Amino acid sequence: MSNTLMSVTDLHSHYGLSHVLHGVTLEIKRGETVALMGRNGMGKTTLIKCLMGLVPFSSGDIRFREQDAKSLPTHMLARTGVAYVPEGRGIFKNLTVKENLLLAARLGFEGRREWTFDRVLDSFPRLKERLTHGGQQLSGGEQQMLSIGRALLTNPDLLLLDEATEGLAPLIAQEIWSIINVIKKSGISTLIVDKNFKALSKISDRCAVMVKGEIVFDDISSKLIGKPEALKSWLGV
Amino acid sequence: MDAVTFFIQTMNGIQYGLLLFLVASGLTLIFGIMGVINIAHGSFYMIGAYLAWSLMGWLGNFWLGLFVGIVVAFLLGLILEWLFIRFLYDRDHLQQVLVTYGLILIFSELRSVIWGDDVHSVAIPALLDGSIQLTDNLAYPVYRLWLSGICVVIAILMFLGIQHTRLGMMIRAGESDREMTKALGINIGLVYRFIFALGVSLAAFSGMIAAPISSIFPGMGGQILIVSFVVVVIGGLGSIKGAMVAALLVGLIDTFGKVMTLNIFGVNIFPEMAGMSIFTLMAVILLFRPQGIFGKEY
Repeated sequence: MSNTLMSVTDLHSHYGLSHVLHGVTLEIKRGETVALMGRNGMGKTTLIKCLMGLVPFSSGDIRFREQDAKSLPTHMLARTGVAYVPEGRGIFKNLTVKENLLLAARLGFEGRREWTFDRVLDSFPRLKERLTHGGQQLSGGEQQMLSIGRALLTNPDLLLLDEATEGLAPLIAQEIWSIINVIKKSGISTLIVDKNFKALSKISDRCAVMVKGEIVFDDISSKLIGKPEALKSWLGV
Repeated sequence: MDAVTFFIQTMNGIQYGLLLFLVASGLTLIFGIMGVINIAHGSFYMIGAYLAWSLMGWLGNFWLGLFVGIVVAFLLGLILEWLFIRFLYDRDHLQQVLVTYGLILIFSELRSVIWGDDVHSVAIPALLDGSIQLTDNLAYPVYRLWLSGICVVIAILMFLGIQHTRLGMMIRAGESDREMTKALGINIGLVYRFIFALGVSLAAFSGMIAAPISSIFPGMGGQILIVSFVVVVIGGLGSIKGAMVAALLVGLIDTFGKVMTLNIFGVNIFPEMAGMSIFTLMAVILLFRPQGIFGKEY
């Protein structure tokens, strides 16, 4: 069994007339936590949406678990083990918290069932108190917990996490980082986008930096910290 | 108008309203969930009535005809969704109207080829062919009572189905965030196909059960389509609850408009202008609530 879970080769994507992804190549190994960094508008969200089959791409190759994944529709990608926490959380506002979770619950690849309804509630005790509330009644932090919990209930091998802590109060963000740590320890691969460079570089095994639709840096996180000038021009930190 | 006549007309209004609800609920579901304006919806009502006429003639049994008719309508819905409707989800409303208008023309021509242009009628099934005596000379037909009852049962099943089943959860989720629903591994295309077929079946079923109490004629699809749109617009696009309230309102107003006499300053308002009553109602409601009674604000 190869160590590579998902590999993206020379991916190009167009959004109307603009060329958003200019040949992205990226590999995510089993159990690896990869940070995807870059300023706004560099193509991070587009890349993640391509990986989830939500945005069409013009050329390139995506393989998941050594299988061709580029022509799989979104729901099939989800069933083979890719989970998605979108920017803006994607909570179903007209469903209760419980329904949001139950709708997602399914067995993972080869019948794995590490994440159950009860385990998600144990990991996010705040959600337990809000089970019967509608999705629109939750705070931003609770919505993000619900979105992550919901993704985990699909028992994925790969979690795509777009804007993990955007707009959250520091204490709540801390809670999200610690749950990401739990996810990491459980062996799920993750690709995380976030603005908090420090937290992100600490938790990730590897960093990929995007500038104008290209990956300009892809290495272990500690090597990026040693490049203050590059950091400034790439990320503005 | 005496109390018994008033009661009978109220029952008639409710019965007409409930039937309108069955047709309009499919229309509003398809719009609310898939975002498709389906003006061919009335054609399915017409097809249902003609199917009832053929099937009940061939099979010699109302109930068997009803069952086969529903199955045929559901299959027709599945095929139409696959052939045409699924390409319309991401298109604008004008294109949806053009395609579904094309369907109206096709179905109207097919109806003419298959069934001809004559007016037909279907007999009330023996089991329900009676009436309840209210006074010495006024009675209420059992069939109309049964029709109202079956509409109420279907309405309740629909509410329960949407609120308390897994399919209902998928439907509501898809309405809220289509991309995210797919990203949880749900084949939303299949859910949509089912919903469309269900809408077609509801319209056809309405046509079938209305057949014994109204005549079957070529223009019946267009007629019910217009009234159904009035119901959907008054209730609020996409709202099942709104469709129910609006259907009852329209049913009652239309019925009473036709039997009441109202004369203001020598001008006969009712029944002379009864044909305008539901459109006046729609205009007034839209003036104060442009999104309809239960509609979401846009």
